Amino acid sequence: MTLMTTIQAINAGLHQEMGRDGTVIALGEDIGHEGGVFRATDGLQAKFGKERVIDTPLAEENIIATSIGMAAAGLRPVPEIQFSGFVGVAHNHIVNHCARLYYRSRGKTKMPITIRTPSGGGIRALEHHCECIEATYAHVPGLKVVCPSNPYDAKGLLASAIRGDCTTLFEEPTRLYRSIKAEVPDEEYTVPIGVANVVQQGDKVTLVSWGPQMKQTLDAAEKAKEHGILCEVIDLRTISPLDETDEVVKSVRKTGRLVVVQEAPKSFGVAAEVIARVNERAFDSLQAAPMRVCGWDTQLPLGTNEDFFIPDIKRILTAVQKSAGY
Amino acid sequence: MPETIAFSGHVKHVSVLDEEGNADASLEPTLSQEELVRRYVIMSTTRAFDRKAVSLQRQGRSFTYTPFEGQEAIQVTAARLLDPKDWAFPSYRESAFYLARGAPMSMLFTYLKGHEDGMAIPDKTNDFPLSIPVGSQIAHAPGAAYANKLLKNGKIAIAFFGDGASSQGDFHEALNFSGIYKLPVVFICTNNQYAISTPRMMQTASETIAQRAMGYGIHGVQADGMDPLAMEHVLSEAFDRARKGEGPTLVEAIAYRFGPHSTADDPKKYREDAEADPWRKLDWAVRYRKYLERKGLWNNDVQAKLDAAIVTEVEAAVAKAEEFKDSPSQMFDFVYPQMTAELQRQKAEFSEVYGL
Ligand SMILES: Cc1ncc(C[n+]2csc(CCOP(=O)(O)OP(=O)(O)O)c2C)c(N)n1
Repeated sequence: MTLMTTIQAINAGLHQEMGRDGTVIALGEDIGHEGGVFRATDGLQAKFGKERVIDTPLAEENIIATSIGMAAAGLRPVPEIQFSGFVGVAHNHIVNHCARLYYRSRGKTKMPITIRTPSGGGIRALEHHCECIEATYAHVPGLKVVCPSNPYDAKGLLASAIRGDCTTLFEEPTRLYRSIKAEVPDEEYTVPIGVANVVQQGDKVTLVSWGPQMKQTLDAAEKAKEHGILCEVIDLRTISPLDETDEVVKSVRKTGRLVVVQEAPKSFGVAAEVIARVNERAFDSLQAAPMRVCGWDTQLPLGTNEDFFIPDIKRILTAVQKSAGY
Repeated sequence: MPETIAFSGHVKHVSVLDEEGNADASLEPTLSQEELVRRYVIMSTTRAFDRKAVSLQRQGRSFTYTPFEGQEAIQVTAARLLDPKDWAFPSYRESAFYLARGAPMSMLFTYLKGHEDGMAIPDKTNDFPLSIPVGSQIAHAPGAAYANKLLKNGKIAIAFFGDGASSQGDFHEALNFSGIYKLPVVFICTNNQYAISTPRMMQTASETIAQRAMGYGIHGVQADGMDPLAMEHVLSEAFDRARKGEGPTLVEAIAYRFGPHSTADDPKKYREDAEADPWRKLDWAVRYRKYLERKGLWNNDVQAKLDAAIVTEVEAAVAKAEEFKDSPSQMFDFVYPQMTAELQRQKAEFSEVYGL
């Protein structure tokens, strides 16, 4: 075990996966010599060489398109898109090819591509550097979307994504890159994709989130405890496929109450999907209308007002109290 | 059949001033003395802004900034040659262009201090807000140029971008479209040697960026981007061609990014400080000043007066930006021309939660 930040855990995971499988390669803008703008790929090029750790020209569409050819021909590319706002430049290839080649080739062509990208606000960065894009890609059949919230899950989920057989959008929580530390095993391990994690047992309200929002969510659960409300806190960890082992449904059957916290704009988001599934599967257990605490349906503001967009403890706590009081 | 040559081409490089500030007589532009001095004053002012923006970020008084030191001649010359109603599509590194177009300096500081109001398009121009998705703005310029042509308003469009951006599909698609329709557009590529850490030679195996124009049947030229007179020469020619309906031009302006990529970047990771030394000799603040001095248009006294005036101007702009306040609830206001019912509900909820 080593005490690590999230970025160190991701870096360690990349080292480990590239070490254990010679077909894993990394590519992206400034990832080689520079080690990535956040240093996620630090030391990879020195260790594995320029052929396996590729500094690409500045062209996201090409980074993903090239990865598709590489994947078809037997490599496991791990492209980095420098910031989440620029994943869209490669949208055509992700949606029309990564997601569909297995289907279109009748199972002959797999697309083992792990698209890493930082995500989420709160770092006072420029526009387009802070978006949460999980809903956009979770909406596309054939893609997987993973959103770790801590160093342990980040390393384990990254290993699962890289070893997997389909394209995974791996959203790294930028504001938790360096702000949290946790014990991470030095040896190899995987965290399964599609399995949510019950982080805190509770009986009153089921409180669900993922990615960078887990921090505020757990802090709010602490506060709720002071008010006598014990939340069952669930970290989705994977957005698609969503909660394959029914942790949320099982929890709501117990608590009868659900609050979902999402950083992205409210409308048409993951929270809506979580609530819809609970309505479909556990309606008879509900004692209160499921609620969501989300970013607003606007652009994430620039640095000065950014924190008014991202759901904070106060908003989450208010929702939890309201839900508990029904 | 014997082989024949289907195509061959060459690319001109234009440089007017030597390191001592002597101008090549055959290329020296005919600008009034007043305009020659004016450009020096504007470039000096923009540089002071640039350094201030970096220092404010370092002091935690503003957010991430992408400095342009070394690229002033390109941006300021372009601004001086445009008509107010021509269309410009700048990237995040074009603050000097914005200032030279008449944007209030306080507005740019307001933006850097994290307020959306600082992004408003400056009055009296059609310029787009600084674009951050690399290369995207290149492809907007041909659209504006097409509209200008169709509307017969005589206006041209220009796009700024870097060497890295020339790897994006948008660059190629923009050149291609404008070539086919012979549009009144000028593409200004600032080759400042780097895209963050990635050196120019890793963007393309092509010897120059200018020569890529040939693949799209448009005019291409390379120039010394740190030489204000070379920029005047190539940009005035390119803008004239556009205005006369002679089609688009790709200008590759060679420069050096003296600063970091952004205030979040540490260039020590990928380049030696000493690498900048030969480029410093080419800086307009050295070369162009010598040129003005030779012409009797500049001396130490006026320089001292200018330095003092600039400090006052910059400090006043910072003070104004620091006074600026907005309500966070403005984030709801410009999403749609007419606020949706759902957004009205959310704005009301926001006010209730934060009392704002
Ligand atoms: C589409 C996109 N990809 C990546 C980035 C991150 N990024 C910002 S600037 C930059 C380098 C751009 O280099 P260049 O085009 O040469 O312009 P310069 O920054 O040197 O002015 C990168 C990779 C971005 N802003 N947009």
